[in-house]
Amino acid sequence: MKNPYRTQNIAFFFLFLATLLIIIPVGLIVVVIIQKGLPAINWQFLSDIPRQGMRAGGILPAIIGTLYLVTGAIIFALPIGLLSAIYLSEYAKDNMLTRIIKLAIVNLAGVPSVVYGLFGLALFVVFLKFGASILSGSLTLGIMILPVIITASSEALESVPYSFREVSLSLGASKWQTTRHIVLPNALPGILTGTILGLGRAAGETAPILFTVAAFYLPQLPKSIFDQAMALPYHLYVISTQVPNVDEKVRYGTALVLLTLVLFMNLVAIIIRYKFRKNKKW
Amino acid sequence: MRKLKEFIIEKLILICGLASIFFVVLIFLFLLKEGLAVFKTVSPLKFLFGKSWYPISEPAQLGILPLILGSLLVTLGAAIISIPIGVGCAIYIAEIAPLKIKEILKAGIELLAAIPSVVLGFIGMVTLVPLVKNIFHLPTGLTALSGSIMLAFMAMPTIVSIAEDALYSVPKTYKEGALALGATHWQAIWRVMLPAASSGILAAVMLGIGRVIGETMAVMMITGNAAVIPKSILVPVRTLTATIAAEMGEAVVGSEHYFALFAIGIVLFVISFAINVSADLFLHKRQQ
Repeated sequence: MKNPYRTQNIAFFFLFLATLLIIIPVGLIVVVIIQKGLPAINWQFLSDIPRQGMRAGGILPAIIGTLYLVTGAIIFALPIGLLSAIYLSEYAKDNMLTRIIKLAIVNLAGVPSVVYGLFGLALFVVFLKFGASILSGSLTLGIMILPVIITASSEALESVPYSFREVSLSLGASKWQTTRHIVLPNALPGILTGTILGLGRAAGETAPILFTVAAFYLPQLPKSIFDQAMALPYHLYVISTQVPNVDEKVRYGTALVLLTLVLFMNLVAIIIRYKFRKNKKW
Repeated sequence: MRKLKEFIIEKLILICGLASIFFVVLIFLFLLKEGLAVFKTVSPLKFLFGKSWYPISEPAQLGILPLILGSLLVTLGAAIISIPIGVGCAIYIAEIAPLKIKEILKAGIELLAAIPSVVLGFIGMVTLVPLVKNIFHLPTGLTALSGSIMLAFMAMPTIVSIAEDALYSVPKTYKEGALALGATHWQAIWRVMLPAASSGILAAVMLGIGRVIGETMAVMMITGNAAVIPKSILVPVRTLTATIAAEMGEAVVGSEHYFALFAIGIVLFVISFAINVSADLFLHKRQQ
């Protein structure tokens, strides 16, 4: 007869191995990018325009472009996402409509990013005639991160205990007053976390901005929201595949700046979540 | 006055609540609006099963079978790699890892989910591609295999986190019952927990595969982009997503090529819709 404890040891060993197969490459990727990218980072790299066909100089226009895009996306997505989350957690009844809304959110989250790019091209660039511009790109990214914001915010709102609402309502506050002054402030850290995660996602995506805003090479800063702009992820794609003989240092440097930007946002989100858990009133 | 203000706000909330439905429908309508035009020149059957994709030759040949097979091959490879590793990791995190290590592992998985796909594509280009080239003595390392490995990696966070949730939500009493009957921890996991969590794990796998099919940048950077029907996993292939991303920049708005790329978008949208709806059904079944 087989010894069940030996089977267990073998099984647990393979499970451990599977975990290592994921975790070790993740660690290696981050370490390699930092190690090879760090020598490229200096003040000129961060503050200069690209020179010599993007083989030298800096990446300032790409950094600024990405910051504009992310800001635009959040201006569009946060109000809609937040109100949508309030609807789901405070107003929606458990019926067919709610079920369909939730399904739509899941689907919105699952639409491939390049399809968002097509949609942005068809609606904003061509149909509404915004052209390839920061406005078109921001709106496209905004719709893409909408499900992230809605899901995180409605979870945060729902986690506020029901008794908080009952007390407020019993004191004569209206439903909206209760939501606005009682539920929302208590859910704020969770909403903030979701928003920042959405920002990180928007900053790193390339496919949705390919045809809606991204400029191959534009050695100046955008002046209005109707201008094209460079963006960090697209710039990394361009210098990795489209431009021959780019110094490896420049590529790793760009990857490091992008990775730092995205991970920084995630870190902020994690810190907010952690502090919130410690100070929780319930 | 205050009543009116509340009335307006509540209507606004309702409208925003419906925004997700509105956008899903809007996306689909605009894909149809631009994509259906291609069927004036190619029949849907010829489009889906045509064996050659030469969109800019005269006359253009718009058969996406090579692209569909490219996507399928890369996805299949990614699924074979990522499902056992991903589910294994989920079991380890949910059941075996000590609390402290569990937190570190979860942070690592979140980190992987946060890395932009273009960064993973770049890393794949400089590390994985030369490795595949040297191991198999190929003329190029930009192959379906490289793409599968990279995509497997990108599907992991989805698979691990959803499968872990599914395992976590199995009632504790199930496991305790099995242990009380003298089962080892592994027997309890294998015979009791996994079957109980199976629909959630299936949903995790489906959503992971959905992520793989829709992935664009990394795949475009490391699969070599040859739009021919692949004969093995060691040749360059081109996926549906990469075709759109690589060619839309050159396609003239309103041209046959432009319409054809939108038609590919419809195919992708329908695939992701089907995957997400069925995964949602499995998740829903679990909750009942």
